Amino acid sequence: MLPIEVVLFAFLLVIAVVVARLRDLFAAAMLTGIFSLLSAGLFTLMDAVDVAFTEASVGAGVSTVLLLGTLALSAREEREKPVRLLPFLVVGVTGGALLFGTLDMPYYGDPAAPIHQYVAPEYIAGTEREFGLPNIVTVVLASYRGYDTLGETAVIFTAAVGVMVLLVERRRQRGERSD
Amino acid sequence: MLQPQRMREKVVLRVVAQSLIPFILLFGLYVQFHGDYGPGGGFQAGVIFAAAFVLYGLIFGIDHLKELASPRLIEVGVALGLLLFAGVGLVSILLDANFLDYKALDSHDPMHGLHVGILLVEFGVGLTVTAAMLAIFQAFAGRRHD
Repeated sequence: MLPIEVVLFAFLLVIAVVVARLRDLFAAAMLTGIFSLLSAGLFTLMDAVDVAFTEASVGAGVSTVLLLGTLALSAREEREKPVRLLPFLVVGVTGGALLFGTLDMPYYGDPAAPIHQYVAPEYIAGTEREFGLPNIVTVVLASYRGYDTLGETAVIFTAAVGVMVLLVERRRQRGERSD
Repeated sequence: MLQPQRMREKVVLRVVAQSLIPFILLFGLYVQFHGDYGPGGGFQAGVIFAAAFVLYGLIFGIDHLKELASPRLIEVGVALGLLLFAGVGLVSILLDANFLDYKALDSHDPMHGLHVGILLVEFGVGLTVTAAMLAIFQAFAGRRHD
């Protein structure tokens, strides 16, 4: 592993621990934004630029703004609560199981990994041959997996409709004026 | 939430935001329409484009943002993007091809049809994402602490 990746992972770990321990919610919100930005850096190092792009714009940008917007409506500090052992144990066991699961996973970039054996070779070969476009991600998103993307767009549509229904004041019934 | 008066009095914030917003919008358009060739596409472009509006709303206040992008306009945008995506699929069915088979869009040059189809659905995604982000931002920022 390259040193820069070790540094980024170390930063992620430190930020995660600090966010969990902080009671100042404003600082925690800003740190989650920094966490996303560092993750975007890691994705870039792994040559997943499209994912890094999304992580940086959604995770570090819009989510942080939304978190701050939510904070403005609630308290600035987390209330002091007694330390409880059971949740900590559940999280610890789950995390341990997940870590144990990664032991069976193929190494990063392994060409013999199952995910690189199934449809990926066809997509990589077909993008240039059938579409004449250089960005494989876009072609997979818009064409090979067009149905999925249509579904994803419908999910975003549903999310927006849900937020509008739940949060937007009923201006139709009260006229257009909002106080 | 946003204390527009106090934010607007900060000259540095206002000037920096004013000079940044056009570039963010331009970058959003670039990511949108260059997604076939470089990293990016509708999802990322939509969020970047919305970020410019969010920045405007943060500095100049939510009321000014609502004049620029009214809730009505946003409602239409959210639906229109998804309709555009599904519409491209329906058009390809009407042209005797499979759903979302972009090659049918141009009978003379299937490759051109492919590119137009991808451009259109990516634009639909971008439109829905931009409008959805703005809808969520306005819904959160428009509420008062009570």
